[in-house]
Amino acid sequence: MLIDWFTVGAQALNFLILVWLLKHFLYKPILNAIDAREKRIAKELADADAKKTEAQKERDEFQKKNEEFDQQRAALLTKATDEAKAERQRLLDEARKAADGLSAKRQESLINDAKNLNQAISQLTQKEVFSITRKALTDLATVSLEERMGEVFTRRLHGLDDKAKTVLGDALKKNSEPALVRSAFDLPAEQRAAIQNALNETFSAEIHLRFETSPDLVSGIELSSNGQKVGWSIADYLASLEKGVGELLKEKDKPAPKPEVTVEPKAESPKPKEKPTPTPEVKAEPKPEPAPETKTEAKPESDKKAESETKPETKVEPKPEPKSAPKPEEAEPAIKSA
Amino acid sequence: MRLSPDQMIFWQHGFFKLNATIVFTWGLMLVLAVGSKLITRKLTTEHTRSRWQNLLEIVVTAIEKQIEDVGLQNPKKYMGFLGTLFLFVALAAVCTIIPGYEPPTASLSTTAALALSVFVAVPLFGIEEQGFGGYLKSYTKPTIIMLPFNIISELSRTLALAVRLFGNMMSGAMIIGILLTITPFIFPVIMTLLGLLTGMVQAYIFFILATVYIAAATRKRKTKQEPAPKLETTTN
Repeated sequence: MLIDWFTVGAQALNFLILVWLLKHFLYKPILNAIDAREKRIAKELADADAKKTEAQKERDEFQKKNEEFDQQRAALLTKATDEAKAERQRLLDEARKAADGLSAKRQESLINDAKNLNQAISQLTQKEVFSITRKALTDLATVSLEERMGEVFTRRLHGLDDKAKTVLGDALKKNSEPALVRSAFDLPAEQRAAIQNALNETFSAEIHLRFETSPDLVSGIELSSNGQKVGWSIADYLASLEKGVGELLKEKDKPAPKPEVTVEPKAESPKPKEKPTPTPEVKAEPKPEPAPETKTEAKPESDKKAESETKPETKVEPKPEPKSAPKPEEAEPAIKSA
Repeated sequence: MRLSPDQMIFWQHGFFKLNATIVFTWGLMLVLAVGSKLITRKLTTEHTRSRWQNLLEIVVTAIEKQIEDVGLQNPKKYMGFLGTLFLFVALAAVCTIIPGYEPPTASLSTTAALALSVFVAVPLFGIEEQGFGGYLKSYTKPTIIMLPFNIISELSRTLALAVRLFGNMMSGAMIIGILLTITPFIFPVIMTLLGLLTGMVQAYIFFILATVYIAAATRKRKTKQEPAPKLETTTN
């Protein structure tokens, strides 16, 4: 028989024992180990997830902070840039203003300097020219010249218009004291008489005269009485010429004045005589007319001489001045260096 | 010529006897138990583990997966019974490569014992799952007329289970024995390989049939008649 029932029972028992054994030694430990590992892995994964989320959170936070920081930084930077720009603009403006002010001041001072220099030069030139002229005329003015002057003066007295005449006549008549006749030199008796006669004729009255010498006049004769004055002198011409030149200088023409100053006195000397009205000033209108006459008449002789003499002088002298000044300076260094 | 290792008796005392079947079974039991014990003694839950532990884990998880695939909801509960069936039958077949060894499953007594175990276990699991009444009712499904046929089916499939395994295992040994007399070289080796394959297939069939029976018994919706006959016809 193929089936042995004892063996069947024994095998069944064996099988049950084996089931228990394997359950105990194989399945349970292995399954437990697998479960534990799975749990562990799951836990680790969960941990990793948690860490990841945490990291993500931190990262987000950090990023947010970073962004905030960036924004702040950008804001600060723009602010700083704006401020710097504004400050720069302000400083630039200030500097420009200061520079403008300085340059304006400098220009002004330059202009002033130039003006002052010009003025100084022109004044000096003027002064020099006039002193030369004055000197020349003084030198030329001799008694004979004075005689001529006396003639001119008398003619001028004759030439006075009616109004002036009456004014002057009234002044002479009212004045109890003798009228004063001033001249650069002592007038000879003849001339004094001539003047006396001329006055008497002109005003048709006996006029007392007192003669006086006054070098201020340079060369000329002056009659003054009771505040009224009639006269002719080179000093007047010179004064009016000086005035005219001074006005001309004030008109700023730098190059022009210098040559003109030297040239004009001679060429224009006749013209300014319209202005010598200083004398006419007193009597107002009457004189402008006679003045030109007297001059044209008076000068032919003396002027021609004066011109011929003064021209070279005046031309030579003004030049040496500006030049002579620089020359020594230039020469000195040259000498020194040599 | 003996058909079964039962006939090789080492010791006998009245009803008790110690034959080769029992001895080889003990040997297999010893190997399985001691081997498991040795390997599982050093189990780790770390990420790195020994190769033996890996092997056992593969085996155990494969069995678990199979049980689950058949349709049992809680594979760990049936793991002990079904897994042991598979491991015992498979190891018995694999060990045929050892000279002088005779598989205990080539004895009808052993296969009968295993079939009887399944025969007893199926109703037990069924009752545990559905209750006694519920389990008994399953015999009257789909109609009461089917009751005798269901009972016959229970018995016949147990018989088939026992005889199928016995036939296959015994035939393997018998074929090799016969071939050795005809072509002593080379060919028996091929037949041994074939025998190994057959043994593994039989182990799987035995295991999967038992699983199917239990699954059918524990399932509320009964169509348990179908799978068993089909498998029987195909495997035979």
